[in-house]
Amino acid sequence: MRDVAVVAYSAWNGVEHERNEVEILMPVVRDVFDKVGLTKNDIGFTCSGTSDYLAGQPFSFVSALDAVGAWPPIVESHVEMDGAWALYEAWVRLQHGDLDTALVYAVGKSTMGDLLDVLALQLDPYVLTPLWPDPVSLAALQARAYLEKTGKTEDDLAAVAESRGRRVDRASGYIASPLRRHDCPPITDGAAAVVLAVGDRARELCERPAWICGIDHRIEQHQLGARDLTRSESAKVAADKAGASGVDVAELHAPFTHQELILRDAIGLNGATINPSGGALKANPLMVAGLERIGEAASRVLDGSAAKVLGHATSGPCLQQNLVCVMESR
Amino acid sequence: MANPCAIIGIGQTKHDTKREDCSQIDLVREAAKRALEDAGLTWRDIDAVVIGKAPDTFEGVMMPELFLADALGAVGKPMLRVHTAGSVGGSTALVAASLIQAGVHDRVLTVAYEKQSESDAMWALAMKIPFSPPLVAGAGGYFAPHIRKYIAQSKAPDDIGIKVAVKDRLNGVKNPYAHLHLPNITYEEVRDSLMLWDPIRYLETCPSSDGACAMVLASESASNAPTRPAWVHGGAMRSEPTMFAGRDEVNPIAGQECARDVYKQAGISDPRKEFDAAEIYVPFSWFEAMWMENLHFAPIGDGWKMTDTGATAIDGDMPINPSGGVMCSNPIGASGMLRFAEAAMQVRGQAGEHQIDGARLALGHAYGGGSQYYAMWVVGSEKP
Amino acid sequence: MSEDVTGIVVPIHLDYTYTPGVAASRFLRHIAEGNYVGQRCPKCKKVYVPPRGSCPTCGVPTDEEVELKQTGTITAFCIVNIPFAGQAVECPYVSATIQLDGADIGFYHLIQEIPYDQIHIGMRVEAVWKPREEWGTTTESIAHFKPTDA
Repeated sequence: MRDVAVVAYSAWNGVEHERNEVEILMPVVRDVFDKVGLTKNDIGFTCSGTSDYLAGQPFSFVSALDAVGAWPPIVESHVEMDGAWALYEAWVRLQHGDLDTALVYAVGKSTMGDLLDVLALQLDPYVLTPLWPDPVSLAALQARAYLEKTGKTEDDLAAVAESRGRRVDRASGYIASPLRRHDCPPITDGAAAVVLAVGDRARELCERPAWICGIDHRIEQHQLGARDLTRSESAKVAADKAGASGVDVAELHAPFTHQELILRDAIGLNGATINPSGGALKANPLMVAGLERIGEAASRVLDGSAAKVLGHATSGPCLQQNLVCVMESR
Repeated sequence: MANPCAIIGIGQTKHDTKREDCSQIDLVREAAKRALEDAGLTWRDIDAVVIGKAPDTFEGVMMPELFLADALGAVGKPMLRVHTAGSVGGSTALVAASLIQAGVHDRVLTVAYEKQSESDAMWALAMKIPFSPPLVAGAGGYFAPHIRKYIAQSKAPDDIGIKVAVKDRLNGVKNPYAHLHLPNITYEEVRDSLMLWDPIRYLETCPSSDGACAMVLASESASNAPTRPAWVHGGAMRSEPTMFAGRDEVNPIAGQECARDVYKQAGISDPRKEFDAAEIYVPFSWFEAMWMENLHFAPIGDGWKMTDTGATAIDGDMPINPSGGVMCSNPIGASGMLRFAEAAMQVRGQAGEHQIDGARLALGHAYGGGSQYYAMWVVGSEKP
Repeated sequence: MSEDVTGIVVPIHLDYTYTPGVAASRFLRHIAEGNYVGQRCPKCKKVYVPPRGSCPTCGVPTDEEVELKQTGTITAFCIVNIPFAGQAVECPYVSATIQLDGADIGFYHLIQEIPYDQIHIGMRVEAVWKPREEWGTTTESIAHFKPTDA
């Protein structure tokens, strides 16, 4: 395998009612290029992650391309997935040997539609969507199963929320029992971009590249009744394949408090600092938040504050699909 | 250098207006099981699944790969979902091939599908976006002005589109999986069909289909299969913006460059002479002529002459779309992969009645968006 | 009770709050005042209308506003005979790309006040606005384009 590293990362998230996706993405792409002194013409491969249903229109990724300035024509691909999987595709593409740099980006505005209804369309259209279960209720099913099985309590969930900077209010009502407001992610817009580079090119572009030493992703059954919701087998396998032991910092894409606990069990993060960025409980721009986790983790290597880090991304209801990217300084 | 990639299994569904006999799950499994059977493998042998389809609004399911994971045997494995507009079937195959070429996996199942009958494709393509009048009536409304421009620039006779439509429909009769089987179609019937988006007539338009296509791609060490494999000799993708000042929508640069790239990888200098067959994405019949120029098969302004002289016929010197192509079956997300798969079937000698005798080198082509996304591969019977 | 169910209908209704973006909003506010205002790319100097906030080839913001004439040239067109959901006008109608004088890119609008068989690429056209009280933040404030010599 060729050595591939994250050499730059930039992101923005918040709630945006003025700018459209292109206008959110453009400064992020410019910033990530500025960090390593590159322009669009220096990039070998471009890959992005977005969702048409989030944007409320088909082919939404097409106009996002305007933020890049795809001229002369570029070598480009797109996944209808979180940008973390776009990064995976770019990492694979760089293994071919003919290209040395890649731009990976993700953009999404979760605030445009009614997210609870939109995400109900992520379910089996024949037997689940017609019931319109919202994603918080599904997460609550998982949380309840997890608490019952492990003997943990709502206080343990609140402790996670607190350590991610959320204001905990135990007296607040349930959104879906046992989940309260502080256990759930905010609805966030955002964009993120990463530049990947190979070998000597990476060393040229920055002082401390975050070398990808392992990356893997796995999917599980969709039907919630068909899997053990209290654990994440797919995160465990992905972490094992990616070589997740001994990391200093882990950025976990856990939109709900109990999911962070499930992921910690699955990935086995002894002594690692978890989610110094605040993670998805602080900002959860859909399609972007997973790539942000990789970027945030990589930033700890880029700034010299950590030697080995882990970025994780999830997709689908109740942690159905998981990706783990382990990076290190060399 | 990238590792060799073999195509060892190919499957497709019967394409039809409405596959009411099956769900999306059954549809993708119908194609995938045929590909596995062709490869002599089972679900268990597959390392990863790469699935592609066009906009989720076509079926009304957001990221449908999530609910299809179980049915495609992806549980416990990596699964990727590609979406690059109409070129997606081709891009999906290229992403799957990339996993083999990178040395990440040995056997990858790739699937592309569309079940347009489960939603409303015209609605999905002409959605009312605030502040802008809905003047562009679906894909036909978008592409008709480009075709008019091509006719004006090339001074082509105005019946080239009719000739392509008849040729492709007669080819489709030889393809048991094709959606449209129109053995009695005539020049006059196409000419007299309703003008939908002038200059595009009804019978110069592709159908709207439900259907799926699947392939099993393998590394050199895993390339043994009951039928000899096809080999990837080159693969390329290119994108350019939808609209920009001075853009040539008739002969887009992204398509020209993508073709040059893939020919270079495959060592091809004269495509018309060296290819035995090509399966290219022609959703409106006039695009055959336009793509002949974009793909460097003919000089600028001369693409239509290949149709006019019969060169692109199944018995011509450069058979284009012997399967009947998109003009006979258009499950949008799968259409590009069908082109890639049909090209591979030709060089494997698997194309049945529409087989080009002794085909050894073939082109698979797909495009999407506003003629701005391109995916192409060159496949051959010999290992490169 | 033994009839097989082969399909179900699941009505989907989703509401979105659509944001045209900063650049398009500026453009639409000008339209509501009867002006057609494009934006120039600081790098390649091309003028885009409607502006999309970025130059698609340079990938940079297009901040400089350029007021355009309301005359232009048809660069391509088609005659639409097929009805579809959400259609704004009755069939048949002519949808054309029109490049306004001073702009470097065409946009879609209707061509009227001329028999369709006389429309040709390169024809000069001018904007016909709706009555003043019907102007709003939409390109539909312009009713259609007509030949300049008609």
